[in-house]
Amino acid sequence: MPTRIQKEARQGTMLLNMGPSHPAMHGTIRIMLELDSERILNSEVEVGYLHRGFEKQCENRTYFNLLPYTDRLNYVSPLINNLGYVMTVEKMFGVEVPERAQYIRVIMSELSRISDHLTCLAAMAMECGAFTVFLYKMKAREFIWDVIEQTTGARMTTSYIRIGGVRADLEPNFAAALEKAIKETRAVLKDVHGLLDKNKIFLNRTRDVAVMTPENAIAYGWTGPCLRSTGVYYDVRKAHPYLTYNRLNFEVPLGERGDNFDRYLVRMKEMDQSLRIIEQAATHLPETPAGVMAQDVEPAEAIKESRRKKVRTGVRLSPNLEGSEKDKYKNILAAEKGYVVPPKEETYTSIEGLINHFMFFMRGHGIRPPQGEVYFSVEGGNGELGFYIVSDGTDRPYRLHLRAPCFHIVAALEHLIKGRYVADVIPTFGSMNMIGGELDR
Amino acid sequence: MGMREKSSMPEAKKKRLPPAQFITTRFNDILGWARKFSLFHYPFVTACCGMEYMSAACAHFDIDRFGAGWTRFSPRQSDMLLVVGTVTQKLAPVLRTVYDQMTEPKWVVAFGTCAVSGGIYDNYAVVQGIDAIIPVDVYIPGCPPRPETVLDGLLKLQEKIQKQEQEWRWKKRKF
Amino acid sequence: MEEKKILDLLKLKFPEVVKDVSTTLGDDVAVIDKEALLPLVKFLKDKPYEYTMLLDLTCVDYLGEEPRFEMVYHLFSLPQNKRLRIKAKLGEKDLRIASLTAIWKNANWLEREVYDLFGVSFEGHPDLRRIFMYDGFEGNPLRKDYPLRKRQPRLRLRE
Repeated sequence: MPTRIQKEARQGTMLLNMGPSHPAMHGTIRIMLELDSERILNSEVEVGYLHRGFEKQCENRTYFNLLPYTDRLNYVSPLINNLGYVMTVEKMFGVEVPERAQYIRVIMSELSRISDHLTCLAAMAMECGAFTVFLYKMKAREFIWDVIEQTTGARMTTSYIRIGGVRADLEPNFAAALEKAIKETRAVLKDVHGLLDKNKIFLNRTRDVAVMTPENAIAYGWTGPCLRSTGVYYDVRKAHPYLTYNRLNFEVPLGERGDNFDRYLVRMKEMDQSLRIIEQAATHLPETPAGVMAQDVEPAEAIKESRRKKVRTGVRLSPNLEGSEKDKYKNILAAEKGYVVPPKEETYTSIEGLINHFMFFMRGHGIRPPQGEVYFSVEGGNGELGFYIVSDGTDRPYRLHLRAPCFHIVAALEHLIKGRYVADVIPTFGSMNMIGGELDR
Repeated sequence: MGMREKSSMPEAKKKRLPPAQFITTRFNDILGWARKFSLFHYPFVTACCGMEYMSAACAHFDIDRFGAGWTRFSPRQSDMLLVVGTVTQKLAPVLRTVYDQMTEPKWVVAFGTCAVSGGIYDNYAVVQGIDAIIPVDVYIPGCPPRPETVLDGLLKLQEKIQKQEQEWRWKKRKF
Repeated sequence: MEEKKILDLLKLKFPEVVKDVSTTLGDDVAVIDKEALLPLVKFLKDKPYEYTMLLDLTCVDYLGEEPRFEMVYHLFSLPQNKRLRIKAKLGEKDLRIASLTAIWKNANWLEREVYDLFGVSFEGHPDLRRIFMYDGFEGNPLRKDYPLRKRQPRLRLRE
């Protein structure tokens, strides 16, 4: 089927297809170019190769069940997507999240944001030829993912931030691992600044290439680092503060020219600011009791004993995820019973706990927001990540819509590469940080 | 291809092979050894598993130490198609084209649950497993699989390559 | 204070078409007639309100109600730091509404998405065709009467 560019192509020009299977490791997107020798006269971007039906799939799942789907949206910063969705649902109810959980959420968000920027810039640098930068940044990312794995149990798709708080508390030696990750990331950032900032080749490929004016950026609905690189000051963390961002000191770096180099530099500086936020939040964390996994009997034994009316409260749980013991609950999860999974010690040993557990998960019961609609947004790695949920009173969302930041950014790609060379497409596209899961939902 | 008759065969403990087959078996083994340690893969990256692919290919969990290091970004130059991530109905013809463009011998690895069976996306837009489109040799489950799992899958593929009957004459695999 | 002002101003300026204004959970919502979309949006974009950014544009399918579809627009004003939600109902027989591509450039792709997934036509759109689904796909997947698992494969699939 002829596409728009095939119909509009002029005589004597060449049509080049940068097909869905990209070596540039951004996922699947198709860019068709109309070329006159090396100059791009016209282009067309075709998306949708990763449309996985997220919005329709979520209409068939309960509010709790659809959390893993949100991980896979912007898959380089999964905790921020979790956070956005969870805070939207919490806004519908007005749930009060404990302070320690808020600080943990901030730390996890910022770690995810750093991981997002590291991946974006690593891929962009690799495509411009700087393979070392890619390897260095992947090394730093591994340290961050180690910290995330210790806390949440998974490296990438974590489903850690839950409605009402977080899944589990931090490990006892979290501070040491975090410090190591921060140190390594700082060292890598310093190295990369030295390798790329004054590098003639990198500057030639990115300076004054694909310049976006602030008015155009606002007309295209750009948000996030790409908008800030044009000089417009808009950061959701500062404009509509959520969690504890209004108590933390950080700056929002701005660019000047809106070209590829500014987008790169804004992301590098944002990583510095994120590290600053993490260090502050780690010192501000409220205390938590040093939870001891009760050394008593196993759950099966406890259930048997409770049948004989000998109810025990100390149950030895398998160490699947340390930090989700009962005495930590008041610090990490909201107190209202309807929104959180009750602690396993209660579920296994008391009838009320079992009933709470059952009612939470049973179809038709569980989390049922009041009828209405809500929109809430957080600052994702690419910009304003917004969730619009329409609820009809049942336990499944009636409509869940995601405001994907990179959808608007990639919509401007055709405008940005017009008149440039073919080789300019690669750093431009790399600096936009297109994530397929978020773009195509 | 004419085989020389070997008159002095190694004695009793080994299985008695007819002479010609002994040479072809050894030749098969050598070819298998060469092929398994020099895999050029084509990463057909679509979704989240791509991040774990990047991790598996980089310094911490290196796939280069197994010989599969260099990514060839062209189907004509690669012999292993690594389908990483969800394949949607829109992308299915593209995957088939890429597979058809690859030259023999070729192997396909389904990386991640979405490539193995559609994953958590059972809906109108996703192909429920790429073995509906192309033949698959090794399935690596996980959402996303840890890099250690990827390396395990790669080793299994290498085992398979070593043991299979090598195609050293032009033979199109039927599908 | 400011929120009340913009919603009240809308009610004053466009009394016939603004049907309902409310502030639920901190969001300002205005429900309007679909014919008044373009003039209202142009009014909002000018000074002094300066709702210069179109954050989002989507559609909700209320199967069983009449009118069935509802378009939802989220506008954002950078100088005032305020969001506004505008909703307009569309009936199934007359599934057309004015396009905002002349005012905001990202409306191009957003409207193509709604056209693809719901079937709503936008008058004045320069290039209205499918964006997520492929050309041979029949139907609009996000409508409530489209079954979730109804696949329309492009290739002959085994099994």
